[in-house]
Amino acid sequence: MEQHYQNLYDILAHSQGYIFPNEIDLQWGILIVIYPFITGLVAGAFILASLERVFKVKILKPTYQIALLTALSFLLVATMPLISHLSQPQRAYEIMITPHSSSAMAIFGFVYLWYLTVVLLLEIWFDYRKSMVVWSNERKGVMKWVYKILSLGVSDISPKAVKWDRKLGYIITVVGIPSAFILHGYVGFIFGSIKANPWWSTPLMPIIFLFSAMVSGIALVMMVYMIISYIRKKSIDVNVLDSIGKFLFFVLILDFTLEALDQIHRIYVAEESFEIIKLLVSGKLYLTLFVSQGLIGTLIPLITLAFLQFYKHQIKLRKSMYFIVSMLVLIGVYSMRWNVVIGGQLFSKSFSGFTSFKVGLIGLDGTLMAAFWLILPIAILSFLLWLLPPWKMVEEED
Amino acid sequence: MSQSASTMGNEKVTSSRRNFLKTAATLTVATVGYSWLKSSQILVYAAEPKDVTLPWYGIAIDIKKCIACGSCAKACKSENDVPKEPFFFRNWVEQYTVKNDGSVDIVSPNGGIDGFVQRVPDEEIFKSFFVPKMCNHCAKSPCEQVCPVGATFLSPEGVVLVDEKYCIGCRYCVQACPYGCRFIHPVKKVANKCTLCYHRLKKNLAPACMEVCPTGARMYGNLRDKNSDLVKFLKEHTTQVLRANLNTGAKLYYNELSSEVR
Repeated sequence: MEQHYQNLYDILAHSQGYIFPNEIDLQWGILIVIYPFITGLVAGAFILASLERVFKVKILKPTYQIALLTALSFLLVATMPLISHLSQPQRAYEIMITPHSSSAMAIFGFVYLWYLTVVLLLEIWFDYRKSMVVWSNERKGVMKWVYKILSLGVSDISPKAVKWDRKLGYIITVVGIPSAFILHGYVGFIFGSIKANPWWSTPLMPIIFLFSAMVSGIALVMMVYMIISYIRKKSIDVNVLDSIGKFLFFVLILDFTLEALDQIHRIYVAEESFEIIKLLVSGKLYLTLFVSQGLIGTLIPLITLAFLQFYKHQIKLRKSMYFIVSMLVLIGVYSMRWNVVIGGQLFSKSFSGFTSFKVGLIGLDGTLMAAFWLILPIAILSFLLWLLPPWKMVEEED
Repeated sequence: MSQSASTMGNEKVTSSRRNFLKTAATLTVATVGYSWLKSSQILVYAAEPKDVTLPWYGIAIDIKKCIACGSCAKACKSENDVPKEPFFFRNWVEQYTVKNDGSVDIVSPNGGIDGFVQRVPDEEIFKSFFVPKMCNHCAKSPCEQVCPVGATFLSPEGVVLVDEKYCIGCRYCVQACPYGCRFIHPVKKVANKCTLCYHRLKKNLAPACMEVCPTGARMYGNLRDKNSDLVKFLKEHTTQVLRANLNTGAKLYYNELSSEVR
């Protein structure tokens, strides 16, 4: 407690202008930055997977299961930063039992559960069922039973049954696309609907969140695909990268356009919050907005991807460029989440001053904890890739 | 008129005219009657109290009467067990100093509890005044709207309250309040805010901040009772609510509010 007060005294000493006295304590820290980042990765990865399935982009096939498993790994962790951020985490279940219908936040649990159980788990199950049955028959000991349990005992792998798996999986993917849009658009709405905060309050927020989610998810799958290939000592198919890269390029253009539109609109209408926001972006957010999000995370990747659209030589160079682009894009989207969540709380609602934000290293809402929530999905993904290796899947005979 | 009716050749016109007049009269009487019945609710700012037998509380603050003694903020902390550290306030006083160059200096050291020292030299001051702040007990309160579990609610008397045993501490309400009136209680770890001293109201006692105000700058009352001091005050003065553009249904009315205040 004393430490908390000491931090607040430090912040008070560093505040600028006038802020309401209750605003010195910044409410949403780094955990709420990684929450939309993680859900965005889920939605984006899933949309990339759907692209292959629904729009039959055959070239993306090697990334299909990787994308689904990546989405699942991150989705399993998505609620954790939220719950650990609550000051009464033991009451978190109340949000499911007695949701307040007018609250934008109350529906998250249901959107989440829908997405996890109806979309991702079911789709992955239908995809892997045949393989799991075959693996269960091939293996001995514990793993035999693990796959048997995972296949839920549905062991019919006749061509007719497998055809049904495919059909149902397809239907789920079709349902899944709007679900992915809803999942992340909704996360944007949680911020966009706060009329008290002019930095958040824009109807564009859900759309911006959605497109940045797609950008980050696609970049992540591209990166994971490259890393997996590297670890498995398999050559990376540059055509796959070109295809993902093209998709990433177009979505990044859209994302950039939307965010630019949002800012241009703010500048042009210049409402009462304009002066304070101008100070915010040119001061406290300068590095994370213009350098990290704008230059590193958007412009450099855009130029590189544009270049890669017609530069088709030197495969090795192209691969390295794709890897770097995916990394930069992820940094950019993370910075965007930071700019929204932290940026929106740095200025006072009196529009007359700023508080400051210092991330602690330890503690439930410290950097280490945030890093843990970002590393955990990678560990889960590694486990899932071991348990359900896409490259060992039993091919369906067409 | 009658000729035109007869030239049109039937009674239908006359009858439809009669119906029209009837409807118009009914509507007029209903509107006048309704407004007469609800006359005092004109001030309620789009609020619809459910239980008409209960008071519907509003607050008025007369800015020119505030001498910035800080008694209100101090009394509030003692009455409501608010931590003494200068980061948690249900009630505070701001000092505005508009300078000759048009810039505005705003301060609220320790919420005004320890008094104020004017830091702007006299010759630079255009005008200066104090603004006491507290929860606006909005009828359409954004904090109540966003609470994911309904731990924040509007009492039947129009007071915005928090159920401390129910709040999950998500802090969404703190983000949603445009007036900065909420905080997370550092010991209880739940959202905390002005209750208009609901525990005192129930005993027919005035909220602590109003009880101690030496100049009577603050008052509360029943907005539906047109004979209440509050309604009389609102009738006799030109008052304003803060951030009216946000349509929060704020029920804290300021007299002589300057445009610099947010």
